[in-house]
Amino acid sequence: MPENMIDSLKSLEQIEFEEGRSLWNDAWVRLKRNRLAMFGLWVMLFLVSISLLTPWFAPYGYEIQDLELGASGPSLAHWLGTDTLGRDLLTRLMYGGRVSLLVGFAATAVSLAVGVIWGIVAGYMGGSVDAVMMRIVDILYALPFMIFVILLMVVFGQSFLLLFLAIGLVEWLTMARIVRGQVQALRRQEFVSAAIVTGLSSAQIMRRHILPNIMGPVIVYVTLTIPAVMLFEAFLSFLGLGVQPPQSSWGVLIATGVETMEEYPWLLIFPGLALSITLFALNFLGDGLRDALDPRSASGAGGVHE
Amino acid sequence: MSKLVLARILQGIPVLLIVVTATFFLVRAAPGGPFDAERSLPAEVVKNLEKRYNLDAPVLHQYVDYLGNLVRGDFGPSFRYPNRSVTELIRTGMPITFELAFYAIVVAVVVGVMSGLIAAVRPNSLQDYLPMSLAMTGICLPAFLLGPILVLIFGIWLEWLPVSGWGYSPGDKILPSVTLGSAYAAYIARLTRAGMLEVLSQDFIRTARAKGLSMPGVVFRHALRGGLAPVVAFSGPAVAGLLTGSFVVETIFQIPGLGRFYVQAAFNRDYTMIMGTTILLSCLIVILNIVVDILAVWMNPRLRKVR
Repeated sequence: MPENMIDSLKSLEQIEFEEGRSLWNDAWVRLKRNRLAMFGLWVMLFLVSISLLTPWFAPYGYEIQDLELGASGPSLAHWLGTDTLGRDLLTRLMYGGRVSLLVGFAATAVSLAVGVIWGIVAGYMGGSVDAVMMRIVDILYALPFMIFVILLMVVFGQSFLLLFLAIGLVEWLTMARIVRGQVQALRRQEFVSAAIVTGLSSAQIMRRHILPNIMGPVIVYVTLTIPAVMLFEAFLSFLGLGVQPPQSSWGVLIATGVETMEEYPWLLIFPGLALSITLFALNFLGDGLRDALDPRSASGAGGVHE
Repeated sequence: MSKLVLARILQGIPVLLIVVTATFFLVRAAPGGPFDAERSLPAEVVKNLEKRYNLDAPVLHQYVDYLGNLVRGDFGPSFRYPNRSVTELIRTGMPITFELAFYAIVVAVVVGVMSGLIAAVRPNSLQDYLPMSLAMTGICLPAFLLGPILVLIFGIWLEWLPVSGWGYSPGDKILPSVTLGSAYAAYIARLTRAGMLEVLSQDFIRTARAKGLSMPGVVFRHALRGGLAPVVAFSGPAVAGLLTGSFVVETIFQIPGLGRFYVQAAFNRDYTMIMGTTILLSCLIVILNIVVDILAVWMNPRLRKVR
């Protein structure tokens, strides 16, 4: 009898284990069936690995000029051509992409950290804590943050750290709302009550039991936040209020490309393509992840701006 | 309903106050005074300047003065153009920006709703895929990219339309309006499609069809009001986006509107001008959001009970 019980316990454990995995397995299977989303995933993997390897793979040095050559169209020596100072465009695009992606990921990480913690605490604590915390979110939500970020950049100079801190602090609000909604639903479920009964502290329950269960919507929202952030960075850089020379990003390259687009259109077209393809990839991936992780939700407008 | 309107308006007041206060102290906290950018001026001149711009008073005093002036619609003199007041600059720029935003909204709503409807009526057909891929392209082509590309194609290569200006030559309003509106057309198309698909699957639509009403009749008479609810909810953030988007579009097409003033003020460190435009644009966005909230409840009576 005891052995039987151990067996059944074991099988129970197995079932639970498999069920725990099968959500992610199912999602992965669904995602794999979505060709556009998989295309987005591959593009992003490709871009990220190129960015990481740029210092070794870039065909030329970042600042190396060839003033005699000047601006030249795509050729065998310079696949994407050169800019007015004779600098290799592919090289600059690779280095610029590093900055664009870094801002995208770093600012999203800031919003992720703040938003998830805020949302979990508000949703789990409930009551007056929740009311106060969400009231703050509501008030901040009503503020036109885009304009404030620009103001911040003007007032305190265009520092790189400030850039993604400011953008990240704009984007956490939606994250907090999404997380809170999820947590509120989870809190009423039996496994949370069970955890409370076993004597775990609130902090432990939030970390071990709530957090893993809200990863789905969080991942989806992260995938959609990254393009929004990259777009905003490019927008600021285009106006000359974002990333500053000598550093460069796709937004900066587009802005300089516009100045000479009549004579040298490739200086606008290639950076523009790079940014657009990345936005495409991330939006498709985000849409695909949403359908895969939460099949019930209809895919809405998706993406880039709130 | 009137209770809700009142509550929303009352909620808006503290937000507006936060906007004004945050802007004021942020700009005051800026490192370096507004006059030490260029060559050093004699102490006398600086003193006079500070007096003119009310910078010699204690900060709190300045703040109260500024608030008082704001209520009377006076944003103070511009730092960069001492002979012109910020109010004056805003008054010349605002109508232009509003006109641009209006045309952009027309483009966005007409193109967006039409293509959303076309897609929703026959989901997963060519009629659906074509407009939706175009919409995705619109989302991934930001205004600062689309604008120059349109200029290059229609302005420089084909020479069909003027490349810059606003109201100087016929047709020069077309490219800026399309540039500003297209991304929102794309969102609205996707929102319309999603909203319509949901409404069209409901029972009352089947009833209407069963009564023998034609598909266009059902769409326009029954489904549209419910199906467009997400679009209305989106219009608040959209207007905010349109106003910030005008920064880029007005810069690209050299349109003398509020957005271009703002960007120039940011470069010139024209602090009173930045404060004025920031406060004005922020207040506009806050007020429009309140209007949209009220509109959304009016369109979807189920929301009335929630709040």
